[in-house]
Amino acid sequence: MISLSVNGEAHNLDVDPATPLLWVLRDTLGLTGTKYSCGIAACGACTVHVDGTPVRACVTPLSAVANKSITTIEGLSRDSNHPVQRAWIAIDVPQCGYCQSGQIMTAAALLADKPKPTDADIDKAMSGVLCRCGTYSRIRRAIKLAAEMKAKGT
Amino acid sequence: MSDLTTSGVISPARRTFLKTGAVVGGGLLIGFHLPLANRAGEADAAANEFAPNAWIRIDADDTVTLRVASSEMGQGVYTAIPMLLAEELDCDWTRIKVETAPADKAYVNPLIGQQLTGGSTAVRAFWTPLRQAGAAGRDLLIRAAARTWKVKEDECRAENGVVLHKTSQRKATFGELAAMAASMPVATAVFLKEPAEFKLIGKSTLRLDTPHKVNGNAVFGMDVKLPGLLTAVVARCPVFGGKPKKFDATQAKGVPGVSQVLSIHSGIAVVADSFWAAKQARDVLVVEWDEGANARLDSTAIRKKLEQALRKKGVSVRNDGDAGKAIHDAGKRIEAVYEVPYLAHACMEPMNCTAVVKKDSCELWVPTQNQTGTQFVASQITGLPPEKVKVNTTFLGGGFGRRSEQDFVAEAVQLAMATGAPVKLIWTREDDLQHDYYRPATLNRLSAALDKDGMPLAWRHEMAGASIFARVFPNYIKNGIDNTSVEGAANLPYAIPNLQVSWVMENGVVPVGFWRSVGSSQNAYITECFLDELAAAAGKDPYAYRRALLAKRPRHLGVLELAAQKAGWGTPLPAGRARGIAVAEAFGSYCAQVAEVSVERGQVRVHRVVCAIDCGMVVNPDTVVAQMESGIVYGLTAALKGEITIKNGRVEQGNFNDYPLLRLDEMPEIEVHIMKSTENPGGVGEPGTPPIAPAVANAVFAATGKPVRKLPIRV
Repeated sequence: MISLSVNGEAHNLDVDPATPLLWVLRDTLGLTGTKYSCGIAACGACTVHVDGTPVRACVTPLSAVANKSITTIEGLSRDSNHPVQRAWIAIDVPQCGYCQSGQIMTAAALLADKPKPTDADIDKAMSGVLCRCGTYSRIRRAIKLAAEMKAKGT
Repeated sequence: MSDLTTSGVISPARRTFLKTGAVVGGGLLIGFHLPLANRAGEADAAANEFAPNAWIRIDADDTVTLRVASSEMGQGVYTAIPMLLAEELDCDWTRIKVETAPADKAYVNPLIGQQLTGGSTAVRAFWTPLRQAGAAGRDLLIRAAARTWKVKEDECRAENGVVLHKTSQRKATFGELAAMAASMPVATAVFLKEPAEFKLIGKSTLRLDTPHKVNGNAVFGMDVKLPGLLTAVVARCPVFGGKPKKFDATQAKGVPGVSQVLSIHSGIAVVADSFWAAKQARDVLVVEWDEGANARLDSTAIRKKLEQALRKKGVSVRNDGDAGKAIHDAGKRIEAVYEVPYLAHACMEPMNCTAVVKKDSCELWVPTQNQTGTQFVASQITGLPPEKVKVNTTFLGGGFGRRSEQDFVAEAVQLAMATGAPVKLIWTREDDLQHDYYRPATLNRLSAALDKDGMPLAWRHEMAGASIFARVFPNYIKNGIDNTSVEGAANLPYAIPNLQVSWVMENGVVPVGFWRSVGSSQNAYITECFLDELAAAAGKDPYAYRRALLAKRPRHLGVLELAAQKAGWGTPLPAGRARGIAVAEAFGSYCAQVAEVSVERGQVRVHRVVCAIDCGMVVNPDTVVAQMESGIVYGLTAALKGEITIKNGRVEQGNFNDYPLLRLDEMPEIEVHIMKSTENPGGVGEPGTPPIAPAVANAVFAATGKPVRKLPIRV
């Protein structure tokens, strides 16, 4: 049995500890907001927070997150009111939307770490999260907007 | 096309296609049957009775529900299509609800003749019928109000979901009027708004799907949940055309959670209670493959075959004047060979499909661009009539043409039949990149002759490559020509008196398919780069050269000039930077781009792209901007990185580490300028892609002095 907390809820899981966290979230816990795309930590679609740090769930075995606290896109906020989510809606960032959970979770972690990120900070944090629809310009704009919203408390 | 009138009266012939009905609880249904634009389709339409499926439902609670027949794959149809309806219906935009249409003849795309989202047609196809349906609905609701209040119809008007009577100040919501409206006949003629009257069309409108895409709620094919759902992965022969000889599932079956290992048409499938179990089992499955005739095939051999093909006389695609003679007699002749590689689609969501097959029914949940094909394939495999196959279209995690195919549907249906259980078939990223239908690799010989002023006197373009239609729609090949192979080359817009385009169909082993903007994606690169070679040989500025040759092509010229002007063409650039320009018409729209690049230490960096688009009347401007950005990024990945290579009969690339995509830190600054236009809408999903590779390649040519005759760009 492995214990962990997901979006504030405690779970004791009887699952092979080598199973990647991604598939535990999706297949065991039914949290399908976290996406599979590459399986080798090359695209970032599966990014979740482990004790606040962005982590690629597709290559993180369940055993590595025992007794840790996981946040997925479903748990980022109630009612989509996290500044990153509000900025994403205001700027209409998503197209197909498949990579956006990973983009949003990575951006939220960036803002938690650096409330006023520079372009270089955004490059560094976000360049590993791939988007085939090409929403990158909007992602950059939305991160800056979210930073403003957060600073103003709006 | 007469179907696409921008405004005016619905003719009686067209009106008969509209029908209305009542909803239990007091609502109004509006259904319509779409006349098809192509001739084959007209025959179909005549043969089919009116299909009474409701497209639009107005409920007593004022909700307006629209079934959208097109698939949402990022291009914004779940917003643009409802905007067409809402504009004419004058309903309250905040009460619009979108449902995905099931697979059914009633929802056929009239420009394609199938229920298929492709060819950048969604807005073009539904531009007229949905506005007509909206206008007919508005008219019914106004008449229902007039009858209720015993006043004249022309004293009432609709606004924001309410019908108002001028003099008495009475008003009623659409929901209140829906039941009465449902009992009344549809008008014999209704007026469509003039574009100047539009309130919604032409205004940037936030996408209706965005809120679902920021919190994990949007359901993609991968996310479908059903009781007792099993997950399957398939081991396919890595060599094209190979098949399993024998397999040993002993170890695979030992993986906890695995229920079955079975042979299907495409390989050996592992079925388990989770993806991870199925994947683990596939990793230890032992399969001996019969690799067949292609076991030694490689990219060099494929290129040799294209070279041989290019020596043959191709079918004539276009022949103005006598290019052969003009080139033969020319004082100044220019020749070049251009080539492009195979490309994968690489949708972020790998292929997948969920199926349940019962004795008398089949139900699918699938991210598909092609509901008609999906239903047909499932019907063929199960032996059920098509109407017994229910297709639920989920959100698509990218489409780009890949999801018009049915290979993944066929696998899921077979597995659901064989297991008797609900099965979700999942492809891994490696499956997705190695078993795609690739953009065709092509080889092209171009020759031209210049007159004494350096302007082109003759242009000859000989092309060789595989046909997509040969596999998908062989009947669409006319006079030996697959239009999707030659588009973007055959319609060269430049005023050149002697112009010859020919094509040799060379169908190889590697399967090919529709890839965002199809033939134009490579042909715009080839022709626009060769044109820059001619301008260079003439010692002329490539923008001025194009302007001179496009004097009689106002829409090409319009976007070319707009892009050049906004980009500051001809103004000084920072040291080390160069500009390139390109223009292309595709899918009824015209797009020009100027790219600003630098070449440093063998690396091409694209700093800025200025894009001008003329797509006729615009429905949702911000979506047009987003689709230009998207098409540019898709094309930039191809120009700078994209290449699928073959060795020992198999694809050498397997994941994003060796098939890289453009990243955020490589993203140029993109500026999009939309031409004001009163023309009918053109496509938007694809036209942004063709000009970017040549704009970048031409900038590299300007920077280095060396033409870029092969993609991806290597300096």
